[in-house]
Amino acid sequence: MSRSSRSPRRGKLIVVEGIDGSGKSTQIKLLHKWLEARGHRVVFTEWNSSDLVRQATKRGKKKNLLTPTTFSLLHATDFADRLTYRIIPYLKAGTTVLADRYIYTAFARDISRGVDPRWARDLYSFAMKPDAAFYFRVPIDVAVDRIIGARAKIKFYEAGMDLGLSPDAVESFRLFQGRVIEEYDRMTDEFGFRVIDGTRSIDSQQQQVRSIVARLYNDTGLAEAS
Amino acid sequence: MTPGKSGARYLGHGLPYTGIEDLKGTLITIEGTDGVGRTTQVALLKEWLEVQGYGVIETGWTRSELMSETIGAAKAGHNLDRLTFTLLYATDFADRLEKIVLPALRSGFVVLADRYVFTAFARSIVRGADPAWIRSVFGFALVPDLTLYLKIDADTLVPRILRTRGIDYWEAGMDMHLGTDLYESFRKYQWRLIREYNRMAREFSFVTVDATLGIEEIQARIRRPVQALLEDRRMRALSTSLDRLRPLLFEAEDDDTAESGAPSAAGAGSASVSEPADLPARAARAPGRD
Repeated sequence: MSRSSRSPRRGKLIVVEGIDGSGKSTQIKLLHKWLEARGHRVVFTEWNSSDLVRQATKRGKKKNLLTPTTFSLLHATDFADRLTYRIIPYLKAGTTVLADRYIYTAFARDISRGVDPRWARDLYSFAMKPDAAFYFRVPIDVAVDRIIGARAKIKFYEAGMDLGLSPDAVESFRLFQGRVIEEYDRMTDEFGFRVIDGTRSIDSQQQQVRSIVARLYNDTGLAEAS
Repeated sequence: MTPGKSGARYLGHGLPYTGIEDLKGTLITIEGTDGVGRTTQVALLKEWLEVQGYGVIETGWTRSELMSETIGAAKAGHNLDRLTFTLLYATDFADRLEKIVLPALRSGFVVLADRYVFTAFARSIVRGADPAWIRSVFGFALVPDLTLYLKIDADTLVPRILRTRGIDYWEAGMDMHLGTDLYESFRKYQWRLIREYNRMAREFSFVTVDATLGIEEIQARIRRPVQALLEDRRMRALSTSLDRLRPLLFEAEDDDTAESGAPSAAGAGSASVSEPADLPARAARAPGRD
């Protein structure tokens, strides 16, 4: 299903990864601003945001109907729909696509939930490789503090509560997201993540991200006025 | 049936978090293209099995609690591409497998599946999906104990559908743009689907039944392999029970043999040491013991 990976495209696909509370969404917003300020056409797409399976996902989560496999497949369907309608056409038109989470989120979470790693990779083999995948790495305690500080409530599936690791949401979050971090670390070499230390100051992380992205445009000779 | 002897297998990578060693039931799937009469045959088969005393649970394509509404809405909107199409089916299938099929098999039911993964394979492959990919995606499915394939040719099928319920957008593969008119598209699409089913019939050892026959004749031909399968399973279950009884018979004559003999009986014996409640039952089974 590598229908699009070989087709010509001019836009750049840049993705950010990391656990909840790693700061990746803040960083991608700042990157978005910067790219636009430099005259690039940019669109943003977020994990789990297509209309196609919104109702099913919502209901499945609310009623705790989801198993590791249906959880995984719903997200794959969402991703496929966004890839078709929100990513590929824009890249073809020369627009930069910024994705808050990509297939690596699925690998890290689904494998932490117990699905077969080979199955998960096969499942997403229709996806194209991004031009850059940033991984915002933070220790689990930092993430927990940030989330509790920011919204005081941890979501059921984010905490992996479906796995019964602990009846306490914070403890379950710590255990589950700890596993997710291990999966990200394991994938770093396999997929060539650009690892950013998420404990550093917001602006210094952003400088690092921008310098890598700037090189990305220059390297290919497709720079749109940088 | 003894754990580990159910013979259940996954089609591919499987569900690492779900054991299938304890499945006691039987999974029978019925495949065939649109309008071939599957649903009628499933209903007749279910009735017949229940009369014989089998517990039967039916499951049908896109009928999952999680996905049925979403798939209906997506199809009505005609905005599915083959990738999302396949993944919606896979999600529906996984939901039914984990919530209906596996629990039913664990409880010893006969599960009748109206369409199975082969429908997804055929539909995706005629739409150009990579066969290796689609098989890997559905790798969490169980290998059925029996797949009945209702075989028909496109030339017989087309007038039959027109006579009965008419042509539907998706059954005509209109998303594939095979022809401008519904009739032509339907004929071409169904011809391709049937070719795919025929290919899989060999690869996956379907039991093929001629679907151009009358309803009763088809049913009679379906019942034969079903009966053979269920009798075979009953005989095997019976011999397993006999194996379990044998040490108890010996036990009446010789205590030592009983202790070292059969794992299942010995297991119950050792449990009774710590659980006095188990003693009367055990005494009833082996009166010579006390």
